[in-house]
Amino acid sequence: MKVTTKERVIEFRDALREAMCEEMRNDERVFLLGEEVAQYNGAYKVSKGMLEEFGARRVIDTPISESGFSGMSIGAAMRGLRPIVEFMSWSFSLVAADPILNNAAKMLYMSGGQFGCPIVFRGNDGAGGQLASTHSWCVESLYANVPGIKMAIPYDAYDAKGLLKTAIQDDNPVFFLESERLLSTKCHVPTEEYTVPFGKALVRRSGEDCTIISFGRPLHFCLEAAEELAKEGIDCEVIDGRTIRPLDIDSMVESVKKTNACVVVDQSWSFASVGSEIASQIHAQCFDDLDNHVHRVHSDDVPTPYAYNLEQAYLPNTRKVCEAVRQATYNS
Amino acid sequence: MVVSTSVDLLMADTDTTSTAQSNANGMTEPTHLLKQAEIPGKGVLLGWLRQMLLIREFEVRTMQAYQNRLIGGFCHIYIGQEAVAVGTIAAVNPDDPVVLAYRDHGHALARGMDPKNCMAEMFGRIGGCAKGKGGSMHMFDADHYLYGGHGIVSAQTPLGTGLAFATKYEDEVISGGKSSHVTLCYLGDGALNQGCFYEAMNLASLLDLPVIFVLENNRYSMGTAIERGTSMAHDLRLKSEAHDINHAIIDGKNVLSTYRDFKGIADWCREESRPYFVEAQTYRYKGHSMSDPRKYRTKEEENSEEANDCIATLEEFLVEEHDVTKDAFKQLTRQVKTQVRQAVEWAKKSPETPMEEMYKDVFTDCWGPYTGTSKPDMLEEGGLD
Ligand SMILES: Cc1ncc(C[n+]2csc(CCOP(=O)(O)OP(=O)(O)O)c2C)c(N)n1
Ligand SMILES: [Mg+2]
Repeated sequence: MKVTTKERVIEFRDALREAMCEEMRNDERVFLLGEEVAQYNGAYKVSKGMLEEFGARRVIDTPISESGFSGMSIGAAMRGLRPIVEFMSWSFSLVAADPILNNAAKMLYMSGGQFGCPIVFRGNDGAGGQLASTHSWCVESLYANVPGIKMAIPYDAYDAKGLLKTAIQDDNPVFFLESERLLSTKCHVPTEEYTVPFGKALVRRSGEDCTIISFGRPLHFCLEAAEELAKEGIDCEVIDGRTIRPLDIDSMVESVKKTNACVVVDQSWSFASVGSEIASQIHAQCFDDLDNHVHRVHSDDVPTPYAYNLEQAYLPNTRKVCEAVRQATYNS
Repeated sequence: MVVSTSVDLLMADTDTTSTAQSNANGMTEPTHLLKQAEIPGKGVLLGWLRQMLLIREFEVRTMQAYQNRLIGGFCHIYIGQEAVAVGTIAAVNPDDPVVLAYRDHGHALARGMDPKNCMAEMFGRIGGCAKGKGGSMHMFDADHYLYGGHGIVSAQTPLGTGLAFATKYEDEVISGGKSSHVTLCYLGDGALNQGCFYEAMNLASLLDLPVIFVLENNRYSMGTAIERGTSMAHDLRLKSEAHDINHAIIDGKNVLSTYRDFKGIADWCREESRPYFVEAQTYRYKGHSMSDPRKYRTKEEENSEEANDCIATLEEFLVEEHDVTKDAFKQLTRQVKTQVRQAVEWAKKSPETPMEEMYKDVFTDCWGPYTGTSKPDMLEEGGLD
């Protein structure tokens, strides 16, 4: 539900904080923990001021112990508390791979439905700018492979708030992937409480000639590419998937049936990825509608390089999206 | 100035009695007394001073280059901690393995990496020690047995155990001789809180591996004071003693005592093929990385720490004990300034890493779409001009 009020424009990071604060005010079982979230106000200032409002029992600084504090939070969630766990970067979540993938994702199933895991893991995902191989992970494809988790990737401040509130209210584990590159972007966010549901894609630009599907930060390139391609007479429809699990494949299929061409832009690596999954589902459901196979744009299939020029060439960008659309629509 | 005796090191010695007691309970650690090394003569000390001055100047220019956007990503400055890298690396052999966290420029230089390659790495140029693929956090140098800076907190600690496993295996199993190397594995106080460090220590102890975990306790991990992140922060010996690994505290602000105490430990580890846990007490003067307003500590604390500076302390010693003149220091300072300026110029001129490098080094061979591997320029013959 899109609420209209007088235009209030805030940053993505502030929207995240508002979501957490509102949910913490509404539900005492919700608390936040992670490295530097309390006294330091968050490494990226997302949790600024939260210690002051909620105190040290509910906004908790942890040591650098990703495996320990993730596992601890999952234990607390089994008792019905609703932790929000901040990873300074999703890159560091790999240290906690066992608890988050084995415990959080499978607890309900393994216990035959007795113990759920209402928990949110959130933090920066994706290349932040010359952070090199270990600090530039796009975990979406890696983790989306695992059943039992939900995964959201907001693109703007409005969705950041609405999706995060949905995540915190959800009774299942949610992986919430933010982009450091988007934290300072701004848009209209109403003062009234609202949520954005999972599994409902958003058409960010409508068009007739080619469907571009993406999530999070790369949508910026998709929208830019759409403007550029419009000058060439190619009218793109840009779909923001918003959540990867659940995946709103129906909206995507509907769009492709209209445009007969599709490009998926996914910042993770191509092999066994979110992009390959969506392409496969589109191929299966739109076999007779497609004029060409689904084209995909990913990061190059190598570890993330540090050097600026290499990193730029490695990541998805507007030029690559344009090129893929031209090819998918036989305009190259 | 007299080099103070390290009380804690003596306590570590006294502690061997308790180790001896625990022998009765089935523990096998031999009792030992560590010999404190002689402080070397003037020539060597001037060499150390030069290294510390070099690191400091290098870091000053690194910060400048970062501000001028010649360097990107995360960048961690070593100023204040120079004596630890210089004093500990001086205490081992050039072919003993070294592995680091991400605050790694100082150790790389102390280990002998050419500042040109170190700077070029941060500039993302082909002349960098990792061809510009790693950046500030990933200083690797095979020629100097430097197995890298590592960005994931504590990830290097099991690697250190593994390097020691390898030298012991090579020395004993392959060469049929006696284990004769010792690995230096550096970590920050924040890394104390990762589980893998305890796994690394347990394995090192079980397998009798000659690795020294050098804790650079600068009292903060990012904005978290050690007491807020680590239980028993006032008595870290328990962390290693739980694994039957000896512990010592050294004054990481004083290169003389660092060397003197650490040399004895390194020799013992090499001789006995056993691990050690050494806590070097130190302080980082700058922020955690390039964007840290340091609100978590007071100006007074910073000032008092900076008043006890490792470079000033060594200079004082050289003046008092070896009649070195202020002019000699000035001359050294001029030398390192020139050297670092040249390194910056060289790095600027080093070509951008070419695009084909993106697809090299993924594998050692040419499998798939990749194009194989190549040595960094600095390891090629004539690579340094
Ligand atoms: C697993 C992991 N978690 C978090 C981080 C982010 N991070 C980088 S350095 C750092 C602080 C480490 O402090 P310390 O170990 O004391 O080393 P120092 O910076 O003082 O040299 C943190 C939290 C990381 N790199 N890896
Ligand atoms: Mg520290």
